[in-house]
Amino acid sequence: MALASVKETALAARLACLPMQDGAGWLAVARTQALARLTAMGLPAKRDEYWRYTDPATLNAPEAAPAARFDPGDEAPAFDGIDRLKIVFVDGVFDAGASDDLAMAGVEIERLSRAGSVDIHWAQGLYGVLEARGQSPVQRPFAALNTAYATDGLLIRVTGQAARPIALIYVHKSETSDAILHHCIKVEAGAELTLLESGPAAARFTKVVEVEVADGGRFHHIRVQGRDHERRAATHLFARLGADALFKSFTLTANGRLTRNEAVIELTGRDARAHVAGAAVGDGDFHHDDTVFVTHAAEACESRQVFKKVLKNGATGVFQGKILVKPGAQKTDGYQISQSLLLDEDSQFLAKPELEIYADDVKCSHGSTSGAIDETALFYLQSRGVPRAAAQALLVLAFLAEAIDEVEDEAIAEDIRGRLEGWLARHAAKAQA
Amino acid sequence: MLEIKNLHVKLEEEDKVILKGVDLKIGPGEVHAIMGPNGSGKSTLSYVLSGRDGYEVTDGSATLDGQELLEMEPEERAAAGLFLAFQYPVEIPGVGNMTFLRTAVNAQRKARGEEELSAGDFLKVVREKAKALKIDAEMLKRPVNVGFSGGEKKRNEILQMAMLEPRMCILDETDSGLDVDAMKLVSDGVNALRSEGRSFLVITHYQRLLDHIKPDVVHIMAAGRIIKTGGPELALEVETNGYADILGEVG
Repeated sequence: MALASVKETALAARLACLPMQDGAGWLAVARTQALARLTAMGLPAKRDEYWRYTDPATLNAPEAAPAARFDPGDEAPAFDGIDRLKIVFVDGVFDAGASDDLAMAGVEIERLSRAGSVDIHWAQGLYGVLEARGQSPVQRPFAALNTAYATDGLLIRVTGQAARPIALIYVHKSETSDAILHHCIKVEAGAELTLLESGPAAARFTKVVEVEVADGGRFHHIRVQGRDHERRAATHLFARLGADALFKSFTLTANGRLTRNEAVIELTGRDARAHVAGAAVGDGDFHHDDTVFVTHAAEACESRQVFKKVLKNGATGVFQGKILVKPGAQKTDGYQISQSLLLDEDSQFLAKPELEIYADDVKCSHGSTSGAIDETALFYLQSRGVPRAAAQALLVLAFLAEAIDEVEDEAIAEDIRGRLEGWLARHAAKAQA
Repeated sequence: MLEIKNLHVKLEEEDKVILKGVDLKIGPGEVHAIMGPNGSGKSTLSYVLSGRDGYEVTDGSATLDGQELLEMEPEERAAAGLFLAFQYPVEIPGVGNMTFLRTAVNAQRKARGEEELSAGDFLKVVREKAKALKIDAEMLKRPVNVGFSGGEKKRNEILQMAMLEPRMCILDETDSGLDVDAMKLVSDGVNALRSEGRSFLVITHYQRLLDHIKPDVVHIMAAGRIIKTGGPELALEVETNGYADILGEVG
């Protein structure tokens, strides 16, 4: 059978299992257009350039494979000590009872399902729009699928300084849940929002977040992906930044059989700054893929990609990161680093850093390394009385520090460090047993 | 305090024997110096005592107050009271010097069943001891030894020693890379720690360090053995005549 028809059959089977979306008006139009995009490109296959290191089979499968829920014991939920507006989704469905009142100074929050039925809405200019722009030059089929079939999501418009961070809390309840969420966030000129996300959302999770940060706006995003070992997720973050806008995103990932985090960021106004960072720790059956595409389309913008992975017992890490500097984007300052710490010889790190530059007065650097823990430093710490496991944890945290440093809020950064320490302690104990 | 008997050590990876029967006994409060030409096994002795990987003990023992050191993990040796001031202190990017010191102090206290120091108490003690070694607040904040000059690294070693209060201190060529002023500062730091219950083993090439840190006993090491033991005058003899005479004399 020809590849095209294999892809068609796979797509038909995948779509047959998705719930039909009702709705009229602008949302229905956006969904129809997304479905057309998806049909044209089909589902990804291992031979596609950006899926060479990550097998999309379980994301392509019509049904989500079951995933047991992780028991966090008595560990505090993520961001527990942070004063925040909580919005809860259970297996991808908004739970009003568990959520706070959505009214907050500086922000308007609506559910996607409600907003879709009105005739004219600000989100028309965003929903599926950044996703569609982000389909070229690299196709992102699951993002189009998401736009077409998202079952829930939020439309958040930030008009001033948000009174507190918004925390999206995802709860995984059913072992076979297959959640599709799509959020749109518009940060108006000069406005500021911190968005927190914590999971796991479902056995399989497909997510799109589209963010527009207007001139001088500031958007901070900190995400903690849930620890369910068997969960699978394909997430996409599309962002477009105006002049002097700031976008900072940090993701902590622990465990998960398959995680593909895509970030597609376009700097369209002078002096915009985009930082995207990730720290991932995996032990055993863990596959984590960061696929990032940053486009400099305006002068004097700054971008940073900082991705660090700690891998053991056969875990796999993938990084595919690109900086594209368009003609005229002079004075670009682009930085990209992807590093992995392999705690044994069974684990692997696959990296594909790319730079494509069409301007002549730019500063772009990239680096990718993969290495073992420094035995000399380990001995030095031990010789001072620090037990080997604790010394190793200290060195691992030091390795991850550059990524965690991208979190500006010190209380949140401390929460992240605490979570990592807990993970490292549990996984060091496991190794000794 | 420290008793080394008939210690034989070879490299783990190759058949190279480095220590060929070292015997050494250091009593409480004593300062011993080991001198010797390059390649005599001085640094190996310090590494083997502190538990570094890569060496295989083929015979002999090393005990600290009767406890066999050679069977312990490096951190257990530290908790038992052993400390090695490194010839080349290790840089650890990403770990703050203060965090490092506090982790080490509290790990040892925990291992000995003592209460951990509170952040406040720790800070008070560390500031006081750092001041005596002319280590400023900036150096305490920076990552461990990263960007430190040679002198700063050695002072940082002595600060760790002062904080951890070990009973048996080994100084491996602490004078290397130091100018006269830095050597004085480091030596003063060491001398301030001298006490009845604390012993020192000072490994050095040169006599000049021993002008500042006055030893009770001087050993000459060559080809993996201690070939001569004497008082401070032995160091002066080396300084004047080099090692050749002594090596020749012993045959």
